[in-house]
Amino acid sequence: MATAKEIRRRIRTVKNIQKITNAMKMVAAARLKKAQARAEAARPYAQKMKELMGRLSSSAACISHPLLERREETNTLFVIIGAERGLAGSYNVNVVHHALSEIGGRPVESVKLVLLGRKAISFFRRRPYQIVATFESRSSDVAFSDVQRLTARVRSMFEEREVDAVYLVYSRFVTPMKQVPTTVQLLPMEQPATEQKAEGDFEFEPEASELLGALLPRYLDTLVYQALIEAQASEQGARMTAMSTATNNAAEMIETLTLAYNKARQAAITKELTEIVTSAEALT
Amino acid sequence: MPERAFRLEIVTPERVVFSSDRVVSLIAPGVEGYFGIMANRAPIVSQLDIGVLQYRTADGHWEYVAVGGGFLEAAHNRVIVLAETAELSHEIDVQRAQEAKDRALHRLASGGPNVDIERAQAALRRALARLDAAQRRESHA
Repeated sequence: MATAKEIRRRIRTVKNIQKITNAMKMVAAARLKKAQARAEAARPYAQKMKELMGRLSSSAACISHPLLERREETNTLFVIIGAERGLAGSYNVNVVHHALSEIGGRPVESVKLVLLGRKAISFFRRRPYQIVATFESRSSDVAFSDVQRLTARVRSMFEEREVDAVYLVYSRFVTPMKQVPTTVQLLPMEQPATEQKAEGDFEFEPEASELLGALLPRYLDTLVYQALIEAQASEQGARMTAMSTATNNAAEMIETLTLAYNKARQAAITKELTEIVTSAEALT
Repeated sequence: MPERAFRLEIVTPERVVFSSDRVVSLIAPGVEGYFGIMANRAPIVSQLDIGVLQYRTADGHWEYVAVGGGFLEAAHNRVIVLAETAELSHEIDVQRAQEAKDRALHRLASGGPNVDIERAQAALRRALARLDAAQRRESHA
């Protein structure tokens, strides 16, 4: 059995770890709040844009746009949003495995990847798939223009027929404790749903189909931006949950160790007493 | 008689920049030229260019906003501006805009093979719009 001194040392170690996990939990909670606020702030734009798309597509006579073009899927691009940092429980593993199952049995040479997040990058670097672009956000403040640079690349790959379909894989934020890996088809874009009542009294400048052509790429940017913000919230949520569990486990461990320590100490005292008593007896 | 007002909302992907019920007049940088909007405008959807959008509130105050392109929808006395970027004139960092302008000019002047002319021009126009908006506020104050 371990001596009291050894147990005391272990208790100290666990306490230190607990301090760290607790601090990380606090930081994650603060960042989660920030990420949620950002997601909230981004919602009106996405919402209005969707409305506008619906209005335009009900007014535009016929829509043909390179981003709507459907063709047989031979080459596929996956945009995968993974974790930026570690210690977020199974967050990154979940997304990455979901992505792998989406890629499924596609031949290796037909799959191209765009990766966001350091952990996703380091995971796929060891896989055979071709990585066309990566993006790391060192701070949590991703600007819309950063995303645009990335989506511009994705768009041109699709328009130049390097790929025939683009899927986005990310973690949807449900609650801080629940994140669901999700796949969304980015390209070809879904024909926007037309509004029920066609409001024919709108003036368009330039005409509706041209406006829609300008709007589609922006809408794509918005989709990716939203997914990225949501994924960041998911990551912080996952980290907060993981660190909270770790802190609780540490507390439990400290309790057991303290119990063991007390027992060891008791045993040492008893042993010492017995020794004294026996030696005293021996003297008389 | 008080002027008739309408609702104006300026939103970007990152935030709601401005929102008020008491706007009486608006001038926006459409891709086919600047145009004005007043209360009860017939419904319109328009694409916006990089430029300065200005509006007047009921108290007669003109505000200038540097927008980096986007869309505008006016219907039922409600104007929604979906801008890629938008900054109210007092939010503009003049020094940064000046630097961006110099950088873009430098890039265009150097004319190297790696220069994305279109992007440099867009950057230049955005910087000029910011400077313009900030300066027009100055001259009003």
